[in-house]
Formats: sequence, C-alpha cells, structure tokens
Amino acid sequence: MSELAPKVDGVVEAEVTKNVGPWREAWRGFRKSKVAVVGMFIVIFFILLAVFGPSIAKEGINDQVMADRLQPPSSEHWLGTDDFGRDILSRIIHGARISIWVGFSSVIGSVVVGSILGIVAGYYGRWVDVVISRVFDIMLAFPSILLAIAIVAVLGPSLQNALIAIAIINVPNFGRLIRSKVLSIKEDEYITAAKGIGMRDVRILFAHILPNSMAPVIVQGTLAIATAILEAAALGFLGLGAQAPMPEWGKMLADSKNYMQSAPWTMIFPGIAIMLTVLGFNLMGDGLRDAMDPRMKN
Amino acid sequence: MTTKPLLKVKGLKKYFPVKKGLLAKTVGYVKAVDDVSFHVNEGETLGIVGESGCGKSTTGRMLMRLLDPTEGTVEFDGKELTALSSEEMRKTRRDIQMVFQDPYASLNPRHTIERILSEPLLVHGVKSAKERKEKVHQFLEIVGLSAYHAKRYPHQFSGGQRQRIGIARALMTNPKLIIADEPVSALDVSIQAQVLNLMQDLQQEFNLTYIFIAHDLGVVRHISDRVGVMYLGKMVEVAESEALYAKPLHPYTQALLSAVPVPDPNFSKEEVFLEGDMPNPANPPTGCTFHTRCPFKMDICSQVVPQLTELEEGHSVACHLYNETSDNDIKKMEGSLYAKG
Repeated sequence: MSELAPKVDGVVEAEVTKNVGPWREAWRGFRKSKVAVVGMFIVIFFILLAVFGPSIAKEGINDQVMADRLQPPSSEHWLGTDDFGRDILSRIIHGARISIWVGFSSVIGSVVVGSILGIVAGYYGRWVDVVISRVFDIMLAFPSILLAIAIVAVLGPSLQNALIAIAIINVPNFGRLIRSKVLSIKEDEYITAAKGIGMRDVRILFAHILPNSMAPVIVQGTLAIATAILEAAALGFLGLGAQAPMPEWGKMLADSKNYMQSAPWTMIFPGIAIMLTVLGFNLMGDGLRDAMDPRMKN
Repeated sequence: MTTKPLLKVKGLKKYFPVKKGLLAKTVGYVKAVDDVSFHVNEGETLGIVGESGCGKSTTGRMLMRLLDPTEGTVEFDGKELTALSSEEMRKTRRDIQMVFQDPYASLNPRHTIERILSEPLLVHGVKSAKERKEKVHQFLEIVGLSAYHAKRYPHQFSGGQRQRIGIARALMTNPKLIIADEPVSALDVSIQAQVLNLMQDLQQEFNLTYIFIAHDLGVVRHISDRVGVMYLGKMVEVAESEALYAKPLHPYTQALLSAVPVPDPNFSKEEVFLEGDMPNPANPPTGCTFHTRCPFKMDICSQVVPQLTELEEGHSVACHLYNETSDNDIKKMEGSLYAKG
C-alpha cells in the first residue's frame, strides 16, 4: 500500500527529532526568561513556607510575652516582636499559609465558575450570552475592592468570607476571557472538522475548546493570585478579612500602624512578605504570558 | 463504473438573514445557495467550481448538515439527510467525510496525530485502544506518511503532509462519500499534484465518491468525471468533464475557461472577458443573475430566471441563449464562440 504515495514532501524529517508537545514548548520558552524563573523560585519558596512553615516555626504564634513587647530584631527574635510580644518571624511564616491559601483557592474558585459561565455564554450564544455578559459588565463596573467590601459587609467579616468575596469579584474577568477565547476557537476549522466526524457537542467542548482556551487562563490566573493576595491583605487591613489573632499579613500591618515610628519592624516585615509574594507571582505570570502567547510563537 | 446515484440534491437553498439595528431585525437575506440541484454517482468525482463567494463551500457544508439548509432535500444512499434527527445525522457522518481547505487550521494544534486520527474511531464506537492505534498506523502509511509520525504534533509537518493527515482522518471511518472543500488551494503547485494523485489512488482503492470543490478549473479537470459550475448561489452548467472543457455552453463557463492559462506561447485564443465584480448575493440581479456581466445579454435575461435544462446527454445549462425558440441563434452563437476550437 505504501507505494500509493511516494514520500516526496517529507522535508521536515531531519529537522524535527524530538516530539515537542505544546506544554513542554511553553516550558522551554518560560525557562529562557531569567526574571520569570526568579519569580517562580519566589513563589515556590512561599509555597514551601506555607506547607512546611508551621513545623519549622514551632514557637506559639499567639504566645504573648508582655516583657518582650516591641523588641527590635535580635538573635532571639530575628524580625523582632509586636505589641503583644509575639515573634514576628513565626507569625509571617504562618501568615504565608493563609495568604497562599487565599490566593490559590479564591482564584481556583473564580476560574471554575468563570470558565463554566464563559463557555456556556461563548458556545451557546444567543440570550444566554446576553444575560451572562451583561451581568459581567455590571460587576466590572464596580471598583473591585469596593464590591469585595460590600460582599463581606453582607456576609460578615471573616477570612472565609473575604476569600468568597475575592473569588466573586474575579469571576467576570475569567468569564470574559474564556468567552472570547471560546468565541474565536469555535470558528476554527478543527471544530468544524470535529463536528464533521460526528462528535457530540459536549465532547467538542471538553476535548477541543477547553484545552485550547486554557493558556491565557493560566497566565491570567497566576497574575490574579497576586491580586487576590493583595486584596485579602487589604480586606484584613480594613478589619474585614482575617480576624485577630490570626497571623494574616494585612491584619499584621493594620495592627502595627500605631507603632510605625517607634517600632517600624512591626510594619516593614509583613509588608515585605506581601510585596515579595505578589512580585513573585507577577514575574512568573509575565514569563508565562511570554511563553504561552500565541503571538510570540513562530 | 456504476451509475447509481449515491447522492441526490434537489432545490437546495441557504439564505442567511441580514440583521440590522438595535433589535436585530431581519432586513433581508443573503442567498448564499439558491435552488441548487445535482446528483453524484457512486464512484465518480463531481467537481464544483466557481468564484469565491458563489456558495460552493456552503453547498458542501449543507451536504454534511454542518449548516442546515433553508430549503431542499439531500438524499444520500437512499436516506433523506435533512429529515434525520441530529443524533441520526451524527451517526450518518461516518459515511460522509470532509477534507478541509486549510490543513493548518483543520487540525487541533494541541493534539498528537495519533489522537487526531483516532478521534473518528472513538466517536464511532471503536472501543479497543490497540485496534485504534493499529488503524491509525495503517492509514498513516496509506496516505504516504509513516507510523512513527503518529507521536508528533501538527506544527511539525509541512502543508502537504498535513493535508495527507486531513485525508487520513476523513478515511478513518471508511466513508462512502468524501467532500473535499478546496483541498489543494492552500498548497504549493508541486504539492498539489501529489495530493491530487493520492486522492485519485485512494478513490480507486476504497471505491470512494468525491465531491471536489475548487476555484481552479485546471485542478478540477485533472480529477473530475463531471463538473458543475456555480455562479452566485446557482448551478449554471453541469456536464461531463470532457464535454465541459471542450464545449462550454454557459457564457460564464466560457469566461472561466478562457481565464485558464495555457502553457503554449504560440497559442492565441479568443478571450471572453467579464466586466465588473460578482453582484452582492444579498441583492442579486433579477432574472438571470449573470446578466449584469454577460457579453451576450438579451432582453429576456433581466426578466426571467433561466432553468437548468439538459441540452445534450449529461450536459445541462441554465441560459436563455439555448432556448428552443431561438434555435438558429444558438447555431449562430456557437459559430462565433467555439471558433477557437
């Protein structure tokens, strides 16, 4: 049978020896950017801190030693103590767990809900699309932190409710992103081809449309984790997120504002922790975008 | 070759509504395909040619019900496709497959060739993974690639190779009819010939029936048994390939043929030039849609729509020039038109 068609147009044979999948190719592109890799290491560092931190810093984070209150950094308390004499380093380490948890779970929540709404709106169109898109428009018309404050005010201030609020305000971002991606992908010829071979709609959605619309979601998701951490800290600072005595970074900032001049370390170190985590996620997100953006491809 | 019709199309129409304004009110229709009828015999190749925008791709897609026809019937292998439920249609699609124009866009960039080729099998109930894999390897070799290509991704292939993969995908389910929508238009000329030859070889080996849509008359001539010429959503002429190229009847076909370059510097031909562009299908001319550009326009042309009528055995044309009433005129026309031989 092979004599049917001579292999004359087999020009790329020699050039391509390895079978590079789209994910591995993205990783190759990502690795090229040093800044992005640094960002990734920062993120990994904080994730490890969140996972193993509590077993490193065994000191009770809520042990109040009034004799040691507002101590500057020393060999005993590396980052000093706060106004209740609690060790700031162990509180920051424990705080990493809260911030990473809030960042990931709120973003995963908004990605899941946003994806479902976005896919339904984009694939089925018509009035479903109109309803969903207008709701997104309305939500995006509010300043996001204000909307979060309103949601927390309704649900009651707690870390969990802050997390829910952050998840809700991010839903329209992901919903829109997925919708636009689905709209463009569903016109692609390989979707017509899939219909042509007799595929069912649901299978087309999950085997073709969803995987192909994931790249920008991963990029946007990484950047959104940074914003979510920042928003959680802001809500904590305003007293609407984590409640005392939780070692949440934003809450720690809020508690330290009275001692800003006499004991600046109470404010500087939680601030640096927030900044580093957010920076890490942002650098990584930028790197991912460069690696996954189709426009950067040959 | 049998002459049993595998596919019979009657009065096929596709009108796309034109919506305007805040409330998306329908203000008119684009008559992409307007009353097209033809048949395809088992084992033959019907070429469909026409300018871009004449509705040939729309016709192809309606045959598979990738687009639902506004009106008309499509009878395939004794079954009326337009009456099938979407689930029945889905199952029937294993017998009708499509090869697409753009080999870059018609393969999912994130899937390996193995996955792309096993999808039709999976969809049509081949459960065993081993069986699927064997079949993928078998068909890769049939279209001139190798089994080891299965692990690769579409971007690692050249255009011609990708089109071979597209053809292999269409073959996976052992279809009876393959609708090829400009399968070689996106390829280099040298590759075009290879792919066309492959398609011809496959046709003999698997007893396939082709509907071959193209805008290039040269390509169509190479592969088709019969050719249909479309203009502005209508079939204006259908004939055996030889007859059409030797003696085109419709002025539009004559113009198309005279535009095909002849590789002979000494050959001088009487060219039929067309003026203007194809009219907007949302607002087609009255009567014969071609009358605005026709060099032989008569009074009747702008008033009455000419019907596709069989003038000679297997040669139909929709043109007022060939009405019985003006038999002498035809002789006259023929004398002037075909003088070029």
